[in-house]
Parts: sequence; structure tokens; C-alpha cells
Amino acid sequence: MKETPMSNCERRFLLRAIEEKKRLDGRQTYDYRNIKISFGTDYGCCIVELGKTRVLGQVSCELVSPKLNRATEGILFFNLELSQMAAPAFEPGRQSDLLVKLNRLLERCLRNSKCIDTESLCVVAGEKVWQIRVDLHLLNHDGNIIDAASIAAIVALCHFRRPDVSVQGDEVTLYTLEERDPVPLSIHHMPICVSFAFFQQGTYLLVDPSEREERVMDGLLVIAMNKHREICTIQSSGGIMLLKDQVLRCSKIAGVKVVEITELIQRALENDQKVRKEGGKFGFAESMANQRITAFKMEKAPIDTSDVEEKAEEIISEAEPPSEVVSKPVLWTPGTAQIGEGIENSWGHLEDSEKEDEDEGGSDEAVILDGVKMDPGVEVSNIGSQDAPIVLSDSEEEEMIILEPDKNPKKIRTQTISATQVKAASKKPVKKRKKKRAAN
Amino acid sequence: MAEAASVPAESLAGCRARAARTVLDQVVLPGEELLLPEQEDGEGPGGAGERPLRLNAAARSRGRVVCGPGLRRCGDRLLVTKCGRLRHKEPGSGSGGGVYWVDSQQKRYVPVKGDHVIGIVTAKSGDIFKVDVGGSEPASLSYLAFEGATKRNRPNVQVGDLIYGQFVVANKDMEPEMVCIDSCGRANGMGVIGQDGLLFKVTLGLIRKLLAPDCEILQEVGKLYPMEIVFGMNGRIWVKAKTIQQTLILANILEACEHMTTDQRKQIFSRLAES
Repeated sequence: MKETPMSNCERRFLLRAIEEKKRLDGRQTYDYRNIKISFGTDYGCCIVELGKTRVLGQVSCELVSPKLNRATEGILFFNLELSQMAAPAFEPGRQSDLLVKLNRLLERCLRNSKCIDTESLCVVAGEKVWQIRVDLHLLNHDGNIIDAASIAAIVALCHFRRPDVSVQGDEVTLYTLEERDPVPLSIHHMPICVSFAFFQQGTYLLVDPSEREERVMDGLLVIAMNKHREICTIQSSGGIMLLKDQVLRCSKIAGVKVVEITELIQRALENDQKVRKEGGKFGFAESMANQRITAFKMEKAPIDTSDVEEKAEEIISEAEPPSEVVSKPVLWTPGTAQIGEGIENSWGHLEDSEKEDEDEGGSDEAVILDGVKMDPGVEVSNIGSQDAPIVLSDSEEEEMIILEPDKNPKKIRTQTISATQVKAASKKPVKKRKKKRAAN
Repeated sequence: MAEAASVPAESLAGCRARAARTVLDQVVLPGEELLLPEQEDGEGPGGAGERPLRLNAAARSRGRVVCGPGLRRCGDRLLVTKCGRLRHKEPGSGSGGGVYWVDSQQKRYVPVKGDHVIGIVTAKSGDIFKVDVGGSEPASLSYLAFEGATKRNRPNVQVGDLIYGQFVVANKDMEPEMVCIDSCGRANGMGVIGQDGLLFKVTLGLIRKLLAPDCEILQEVGKLYPMEIVFGMNGRIWVKAKTIQQTLILANILEACEHMTTDQRKQIFSRLAES
């Protein structure tokens, strides 16, 4: 299926919201979504949920002969797959770019950082080594696949236990799970990827972008770090120009985030180990106990309403009673009167119901208040431009031109004009764009 | 259930057919067969003996039972095709046997004729716009299907704009067609949706709940802030309030309403109204 296109109004809203430092789900700029780690019954199987993005990780091992030039090292194999259930746009043939990019980044993050001791995977030098295979499946795509995948990979590796092997002279004994307890892998450190999305050519940045934020972003910076503040991988894509101090700031933020995430991972691993030792129930079935077929439980999304009160109070305290010109008709000639200035007619608003007109009236008042706050210097210049006729509609069939009177209007009227001029001025760029399109 | 138990299981699925009456408001699964009340009576034990046989068409006076979404006629029984809860609505004026349907959770939209939906314009080609409505194919919208549109007076629609319109043709064999005018030629609220505001997606069931007459949620939401809302039957809602913060709050509330009980919702609204 083709991806659902993003409408212009969504894009515009998202960018405006980001400029005001607001995100769709109420997070702050540097906040991660809720990370939930659950383990399966087998060792090495885990599901990581980063908000709604879910990645399943599974580690398995096998005894193979080593590579010729690395006779004493084990082999690591990473594979990330984008399942078709993750997003409608993921189809078997169509995901190659994204897939290659994610796989490459994961490999660099986990293999080149030498987080796993490959020498310890050697059984018989030159003949038998362990091949550790990490399979990651993306189950649901809600943005920031790379972070979730890197967490799933490292958690699965830390959780995994390989069968115990003992070498006595020439004899190699591989113990089954019943004979001896399986042995964990030797992991030096835990590299975790942190993604930063940039908007408006690097002016605004967000940590852990969700799917819609990813669609409107200009570029992405991924930093893979461990809790000892060592950078394992850093990659910038999207072609944006980043300043040196921006990258440094991002690395500091990444350091903080990685420490938090590493703590979370340790706690999850310890919990799981405790449950297994005590003989309690573990596995995916246990972690999903709360969901039933006819009832849902959704996590509370924190909605930040603290702003609303301040803004409302501001508006109320600085408000003047609405100016009475709105209800006072101005008589131009006998038989012709005008109430207010009228609003710009755009094609899409022609057929809207009265409710919209009332709302427009309401927003008119809000604009008047803003106009009042402006200093008189600006007002004067606005009055000067009122001589040009205001064209309110682009349609050829209705040409509405408001003729301005020659005489100087009264003081109250001035405010209205300046306020609506402000509105018209702010709408002028929109009008110009529309004219250009009509010409096309 | 005694009546149903004595009915020989001759259904195609091989499972016992149950009386629709007894499974109201319970979860039914695809493949189950349901008996309508008429058949129940006729097949009950000793039905023929206890009741006088009605030889005239008055027996059918129970009228037509309407088979709603999630159900399909199979012989003289109802076959369940979607999993969910079985619902029934009594006939209002006494004619017909009422409506049976299955309330299921669904996010994927299938175009239906007459539905009002919000679409996103994906392409302009010649005389028509291609509009993505969330179905399997993009719908086509002629540029003349707007109020006051003539060959010279084209509507101002760009790729990426939001359109609110209704389907005139929507079946599984053809690509759906939509228009932005009603049968009288008036827009009646349809057309291009304004520039600002936020579009988000919810399940189809929530939309139906919100569009039901006397919806409590809508009334409570309406008391919070002045706003504009457009509901599309394809699961899309467009919301615009005065500030971005208010718009985000509205969007989050509507999305959360799906999973909240009435009490939780009232709590949240009272908290918001205070702040």
C-alpha cells in the first residue's frame, strides 16, 4: 500500500507547534517516550516498546568454523527486518533504502564498538567458534526505529545464555541445558543509539521523534553512546548543516539519556532474573495480563495544561471591553451602511456554516486586543496604507471592493482599522500565494 | 438455550446455531450462525402443538430484519463475519424486525456510498483530483463538484489540502468517487477545509460514537473552548482551536475518549475546566 500522504495543514501545524516547543503527545523537547521491556520464556528473547514503536529481538547461537583471517574470534550477525505489520507502507519489495540504512547503522553501533567480547566466543581456535545471531523484527512503526532496535539488540544480548562448553585437551564437551546452566555472553558495555531530529534547517531539535515528526523533519542525527560517555557511532543524515556546538550539545544530551536508559535496562534484566530464580511465572504472556478482548487500558498521556491558565489570565487581564464599532453601522450613503470590515473571502470558506462566522468574530476580537497592545507608531503606518482598496475575494464573479472614506475617521474606528489591517496584513502573504496559484 | 439445544446442527460451519436474542451484547466470532426470533419459535420444542399454526402472511408480520455491518444472510440465518459484540435495535415505528449488527473495533476504512469523509488531495490530473481517503484506492473528485464551480471558475485546491466530501460511488469493483456538493447543488459544509488545525486518526467506532445524536462527549468538549471540528467517517478528525496548546489538548482528549469510561472522562473534563 502506498503511504498515507501528509496534508499541508498537518505539516504546518507540526512545524508551528515545534516552534512553540510543543509536541503532539505533550512531551518536552528532550523527553523520551515510555520504554517498556518485556522478556520471553526463552533466554535472549525480548520485546522493547518505545511508545508505540515495538521491536522484537531474538538471539541464537550456533557452533561454526571461524573466518579464515580471524581464527580465534566468534562471529556476530545482526539482522533487522521491517515486518509488513509495522506500517502499511512496508511491502516486501519496497523498503530497501530504509532497511539498508538501519541495518548498517546497527552493525556499526554493535559490531564496531566491540561491545561483545568475541574472543570469549572461541571454543577451539581455528575450528569451532560460536556464531551469535541477533534477529530484530519491527512490529509497529511509530517513529524512531533505530533507538528501539538498538535497545532491543543490547537487551537481548545481555539476556541471552549460551550453552556451556568445556575443553579438556582435545576433548570438547558441549553441555545441554539440562546438564549445566547456560552461560551469559561476555559484554563489555552497552551502546545505545539516541536520535535527534532537526527542523527548520537546524534551528529546532527534538529527541526521539515520533512518526509524524519524522515526516516533517529536515535531518536526523544519531549518536550511539554507552554509559561511560564513549561515543560508539555518530551519523548525520538529511543533509542539514550542523554547527559544532550543536553536535556537542547533542552528545551531552545523549550522555544523560543513555545513562537513564541503561539503568532501566539493568533493572529490567534484574527483575527478570529474580522472577526466574524464584520460580515465578515469566514470559510474554505474563506481561500482557492486563489486556482483555473487550476492554483496553491505555497509558495516561501527560497533557500539559499549565500554560492554558497563564495564557487565559493574560488575555483576560489585558483585554479591553470589545469595541462598540462592531455593532454600530456606519452610514455611507442613504441606503448603504456597513457593519465592520468584512473578512477575506477564500474559496474554501464560502460554504462554511454560521458557527465559523461566529468563531471568526471571536478571533476578530482577539486580534483587536493584539492591535491594542501595539505601539501607536505602528498604528500610524497602518492607517496610511488604508488608501489602497482591499480586495476580499479572488473570484471573478464577485468583486467586492470596499471604498474607504476620504475624511479622517474617529479614534475608535482607527483601532478597528489598524486591528483588521493587522489581520489583513498577516493574511496578505497568504493572498499573494493564492494569486500565484490562480495564475498557474 | 433449551430451544437452541434441541435444534439439530445442520449449519455449514458444523457448530450449533444460537438464537440471536440470547447472545445480545456478547462477543461473537466470525463463523457463528445466529437464529432470528421467527425461526426460534417455529423450531422450538412443541412449537407446532402449543401455538396455532399461522397459515397466512401474518406470520411474517414481524417484518424485515435488517442485517447490519458484521452480519450476512446465510440461507435463513445470520452468519457473523466480524468479531465483536452483537447489538440489536428495536424497530421504532413498529415496522420491520429491527436491526442486528456487530460492534467491532476497526481502523481500516472501506468506502461506503453516502459517507462523509475527510480526504487528502494527492494529485491533480486534468479535470479531477485524486483524493486519499484511507481506503484501498484513492477516490476521484471532479473539479466541477464544488459549489459555484464552473469551467472557468476552478476551485482553489492544492495537492496536500484537506477536503470534506461524500461518496456518490463506492463499491468494491470501482474506484470510489466523491463530491463536495449535495443533491441540491449546495455545499452544505463540504469543500476544502481551512489551512490551520490538526488532522488525526481514530478508530471508526469512536467516530460513530461521536456522531451519534446527543453525544455527551461532544457536548462536554464543546463547553471547553471555542473550536471547529470536522469528523470524517474514515476515522479522520480535523480540529482547530485558537491556540496550538488548545488544539493539542482537544486532539489528545478525543483520542483518549476511546479508552476511557464515563467517570474517567468526567474527571478529566472537570479538571480541565478548572484550570
